[in-house]
Amino acid sequence: MPREVIVRTIELKKTYMLGKIPLHVLKGIDLEILKGEYISIMGPSGSGKTTLFNMIGGLDKPSEGKVYIDEVDIAQLDAYELAWLRCRKIGYIFQTFNLIPVMSALENVMLPMIFAGMTTDDAREKAKSLLETVGLGDRLHHKPFELSGGQQQRVAIARALANDPAIILADEPTGNLDLKTGKEIINLLREMNKEKQVSIITATHDLKMLDVSDRVIWIRDGMIERIEDRENLDIKVGHVEGEEAG
Amino acid sequence: MEKKIEKQLSLPLKNALQMSLRNFKIRFGRAIIVTMSILLGIAFFMSIMASNVFTMALIEKGPENIRTVLVENLPEIKVKQRWLVTLSLLVCTVGIINSMLMAVTERSREIGTMKCLGALDRFVMELFLLEAMIHGIGGSIIGSFLGILIMTLVYIAQYKKIILSIFPTLTLLKFVGISIILGTGLAIIGALYPAIVSARMEPAEAIRREV
Repeated sequence: MPREVIVRTIELKKTYMLGKIPLHVLKGIDLEILKGEYISIMGPSGSGKTTLFNMIGGLDKPSEGKVYIDEVDIAQLDAYELAWLRCRKIGYIFQTFNLIPVMSALENVMLPMIFAGMTTDDAREKAKSLLETVGLGDRLHHKPFELSGGQQQRVAIARALANDPAIILADEPTGNLDLKTGKEIINLLREMNKEKQVSIITATHDLKMLDVSDRVIWIRDGMIERIEDRENLDIKVGHVEGEEAG
Repeated sequence: MEKKIEKQLSLPLKNALQMSLRNFKIRFGRAIIVTMSILLGIAFFMSIMASNVFTMALIEKGPENIRTVLVENLPEIKVKQRWLVTLSLLVCTVGIINSMLMAVTERSREIGTMKCLGALDRFVMELFLLEAMIHGIGGSIIGSFLGILIMTLVYIAQYKKIILSIFPTLTLLKFVGISIILGTGLAIIGALYPAIVSARMEPAEAIRREV
């Protein structure tokens, strides 16, 4: 049975104007991501991976080309539909966690559900169970600044899962975490991916991510350099491991 | 049909108000600074107004000797007062708008995050305007009474207890009302511009923006 394509990009380009000089960050990206896949977008800083990530997530508009999420061209959506898409279809995880600082862990997780029109009581119940799933059942009422980086990222994961999205987009989710905590977060993401069949797309240069990815998309200078399946990856891990130390 | 219902996005006023109030409480230090600038602006405005009201009250009901002096100088006083009122309004406006601008701009990332979670531009506006309203009302109530208090003390020092016997309570309350409307209005206007800018930004841009 062919698997459903959840994200498709066609000839995706993004150009920023630096004064009068155009800077081509993305130079035509064609990509298909299947439902339930775990994808890593890898590449050096400045390669355009965060820009690609923002385009896929509907957080920024492409200069040229199209992005389809669930077969819907997101350029055709109005502000309301786009907000709805972000609310229901996509969960976001950031390098800097981006929790709302004045809200407790529980309230942070509840927020997208309240936007989605859930009653406060239902949202609270679901947020509680999500936080228990990510292992923070005993930290419900802590504020972000009372939590460690790893714990904050767990809250962010719970928040991203709040409205049962089809896709989770994670931009450098382990970038601000130490090695061990980073590994835990990666494993948690993988677990959620398997359990809830949610597609996970991470933009990263953390090589620990390779172990769990179904496919790795290497980006360089705004172009797809190569796409590797996991089976082929194993051979190359030896090659990249040297870089991990650095 | 089902799709229609499912497509709702909402931020009930109760939740919004709760969020704004919580923000006020938790960022208390920061909130006080914002409120302070409204408070001081309004206190300045109100003290000028109060001094006007007191002078007029003295001219109407004060003892003969004070009245003659005041009436003689009235044209001069009026010109001076007009200047002061204009000036106080300017200081008040600039101060309030500036601090609201800062308060909203420094939370750009939070706005971006909320938009990623599915907040409509309208929700962001609602939250910030509610907060501005809380700042505005709080600041102008305290500020206007502070202004009256200071001017009362000044006039007592100058004219002794006469001023208390002819205390123009009603007129002053009218100006308190004006001050509250003015302070709240300015706070909302001050917050409106940065809130519109932030709410309309693409989320990626709002998150990236450093202040």
